[in-house]
Amino acid sequence: MTLEVIGISVLWIFLFGYVIIASVDFGAGFFNAYSTLTGQQHILTKVIQRYLSPVWEVTNVFLVFFFVGIVGFFPKTAYYYGTVLLVPASLAIILLAIRGSYYAFATYGGLTNRKRYTFIYGISGLLIPASLSIVLTISEGSFVKVGSTGPTLNYWSLFKSPLTWSIVVLSLTAVLYISSVFLTWYAHQAKDDRATALLRKYALIWAGPTLITASGIIVELKAHNPEHYERLLDLWWLFGLSVILFMGTVYLIWRKQSYGVAFGLLVGQFFLAFFGYGISHYPYLLYPYLTIFDSFTNKSMATALIVVFIAGLGLLIPSLYLLVKLFLFNKEYVQGKRNNHA
Amino acid sequence: MGNEEAVLFSRVLTELTLSFHIIYATIGVGIPLMIMIAQWVGIKKQDEHYILLARRWTRGFVITVAVGVVTGTAIGLQLSLLWPNFMELAGNVIALPLFMETFAFFFEAIFLGIYIYTWDRFKNPKKHLLLLIPVAIGASFSAIFITVVNAFMNAPQGFDLVNGQLVNVNPILAMFNPAMPTKVAHVLATAYMTSAFVLASIGAFRLLKGSNHVYHKKALLLTMKMGLIFSIAAAVIGDFSGKYLAEYQPEKLAAAEWHFETEKGAPLILYGVLADGEVKYAIKIPSALSILAHSTPNAEVIGLDQFAKDETPPLYIHYLFDVMITIGVWMTLLSFVFLIGSWRKWKLISSNLFRWLIVLGGPLSIIGIEAGWWMAEVGRQPWILRGLMRTKEAATTSGQVDVMLLLFSGLYIVLAIGSVVVLTRMFRKNPVERELADRASEKEGATV
Ligand code: HDD
Ligand code: HEM
Ligand code: HEM
Repeated sequence: MTLEVIGISVLWIFLFGYVIIASVDFGAGFFNAYSTLTGQQHILTKVIQRYLSPVWEVTNVFLVFFFVGIVGFFPKTAYYYGTVLLVPASLAIILLAIRGSYYAFATYGGLTNRKRYTFIYGISGLLIPASLSIVLTISEGSFVKVGSTGPTLNYWSLFKSPLTWSIVVLSLTAVLYISSVFLTWYAHQAKDDRATALLRKYALIWAGPTLITASGIIVELKAHNPEHYERLLDLWWLFGLSVILFMGTVYLIWRKQSYGVAFGLLVGQFFLAFFGYGISHYPYLLYPYLTIFDSFTNKSMATALIVVFIAGLGLLIPSLYLLVKLFLFNKEYVQGKRNNHA
Repeated sequence: MGNEEAVLFSRVLTELTLSFHIIYATIGVGIPLMIMIAQWVGIKKQDEHYILLARRWTRGFVITVAVGVVTGTAIGLQLSLLWPNFMELAGNVIALPLFMETFAFFFEAIFLGIYIYTWDRFKNPKKHLLLLIPVAIGASFSAIFITVVNAFMNAPQGFDLVNGQLVNVNPILAMFNPAMPTKVAHVLATAYMTSAFVLASIGAFRLLKGSNHVYHKKALLLTMKMGLIFSIAAAVIGDFSGKYLAEYQPEKLAAAEWHFETEKGAPLILYGVLADGEVKYAIKIPSALSILAHSTPNAEVIGLDQFAKDETPPLYIHYLFDVMITIGVWMTLLSFVFLIGSWRKWKLISSNLFRWLIVLGGPLSIIGIEAGWWMAEVGRQPWILRGLMRTKEAATTSGQVDVMLLLFSGLYIVLAIGSVVVLTRMFRKNPVERELADRASEKEGATV
């Protein structure tokens, strides 16, 4: 493995981590808002709050890690993506900022007017993945032109491209599916039967659309970026395995069995698909201008970053383990028998 | 939009975001240490008041952290969005501390989550206190790493530039640049100092508003003690910062001191105004600048005459320098008088006037932070990387920065109002007196 590949793999793994835990967070907000609208909020609010409260800041750090890391390993991305992403990334930051801070204001500060807040919180949870997913579309090429003054983004062609919209829709269905499967498991652990039943229903509803939209992307890519499409087909077996895992999850949820295993299979499913996509994207960071090789940092910086990364993991893994043990897998906490909030 | 405008708006947006972030960031660096000290004193003295102090500070802290995190995420991305050329170059040399910073954030975020949700969960309260140590370490290390990046912008080293190509990059050497020791130490000391005075001002405000509870008096004494220690440290390290400048960035020191001609035994100019190149109404302390810069009254201090006009920073940074130093000296004196007074039982320190001065101390310290940063950053202009890259070469070529500036201004207004409203409401709804009573009855309930 070259340093370039190690670097991008590390970043891709953390991005995957962000996708999973942020999806749980975004989807939870949406379900909470939706159930408030339909008068069922008492069923979900507690379960969702108990999960989100201790971890929301950690979720955010996964994102920070990714964008700081990519500029570190691949400084040229700062030039290309930094220039063209000003508008979409700024919008995403503003949404993230409002969502994050108002979550803290409401949970820790007892902000009133909960209804309006719940609603905004729910909607922002869908807008953020939609706006972030644009980056993936842009990376497929043909939306960015590099002229004499630097790279520019063609907003109109981005807006009317079917690829854009299929990726946006996939991001939404995936968010809702990932989060409902996780929360089904969580609610089940909390011995909250009504919440489990409701969330299980959501999981089954969103399973189909996730698979359909994901397949849709492959079709869109064929027209938009044949080179990427070819490489994707070469990896058919990864996607095949992913679909098998998907069926496993749906089967278990449908049979009301082993929700934990169901969520594990889901993580596996997304992991395979995410890496299938990533590997077939290789070596491009931005078609056709930027590859991981010509954007890579110098050797001494790369080595230093990797050393720091390994040392950092040594700190991080035990701490994350402690967090998960105390809150995710602590029966008393999950079931709401403890409330030791400051 | 022409590139001139893109540069202008990028600057304004950077200034706005950083000036806003730094308020919450400074508090975020200092408060965990204060909480730790209060909780430790509480456990040691078996004093419920200090424990409650720690607990209430924690609640407020969570709100400021939230705003710090989201504005920090904004600035982190904006660095690439607004200064792509700078980040491309800097990324090659100084990415290491930025990357380390994310681990500090991780560490802090994880343990903060655990800490706030485990009050009273452990039989042994010391275990709970232990969980705070990573929070305080994580917060201070975030400040250290980000300040290392900023120090590098002032004194870049650790690479060679051959025909526009970066070669021989040494990330460690880049981190340990000459600006780093004084800068990091001064930023940390002033963050602790500011947090202490902000907390002191809350205590004084409660006492003014009629509460006479001993809880607030203990809080005030503790925070003023911390404030004094760290304001002395800030002044001492600030003096070293001046010596660093004299050696490595003489144009910044000369601009801040309105020191136009290179001379021996240079006087220190305090206050005053600049009219048509003439300094008026200033206090001149003979030879003091030579002492500040080189520790001897006769040393030569380089003046602005040694620098090209287009490489001289704006002269208004002198006012910012005055503001920072005045606030530093004033807060040192104020906390010193308070401590002597409380030891000798002077009436003065429990007078309304004195308490109002303490209330004022919190906002003043924050102004000190802002003035200091503006002085340091504007004093580096026209460079973004001193001697290597000018600010205007670094900016984005994108045409939409003005709209983004408007959007972000709106965001910061919302966040500022939101955080202030939430914080005041949180503490007004749940006064100390009631919480102490609640806790006492809880305890009784537990022993019966
Ligand atoms: C409450 C805040 C505060 C207070 C009371 C002081 N400072 Fe300060 N100062 C800062 C807050 C600050 C800062 C915000 O932390 C700065 C901005 C950039 C930096 O490195 O630290 C700073 C920078 C800074 C610099 C520029 C360093 C550079 O550009 O590299 C010098 C020379 C001083 N300070 C000197 C002093 C002196 C002699 C003080 C005597 C009382 C003093 N400061 C008090
Ligand atoms: C490592 C930390 C920092 C980095 C990487 C950084 C980055 C930058 C950049 C890119 C500029 C050029 C834009 C411009 O000239 O307007 C700048 C200037 C500036 N920065 Fe910093 N900054 C850092 C710390 C801070 C902090 C903490 C503040 C606090 C308020 C701050 C305040 C400013 C100000 C006021 C300017 C404007 C100078 C001018 O326009 O003349 N900076 N900084
Ligand atoms: C010297 C001035 C600065 C100090 C003392 C400081 C300190 C802090 C602190 C304490 C936090 C809260 C972290 C947490 O609780 O997790 C924070 C957040 C953050 N800061 Fe700053 N900061 C400074 C300037 C900057 C600059 C210039 C940048 C841009 C590179 C930056 C990037 C960030 C980011 C990305 C976050 C969010 C981290 C997260 O999501 O947890 N900070 N900063």
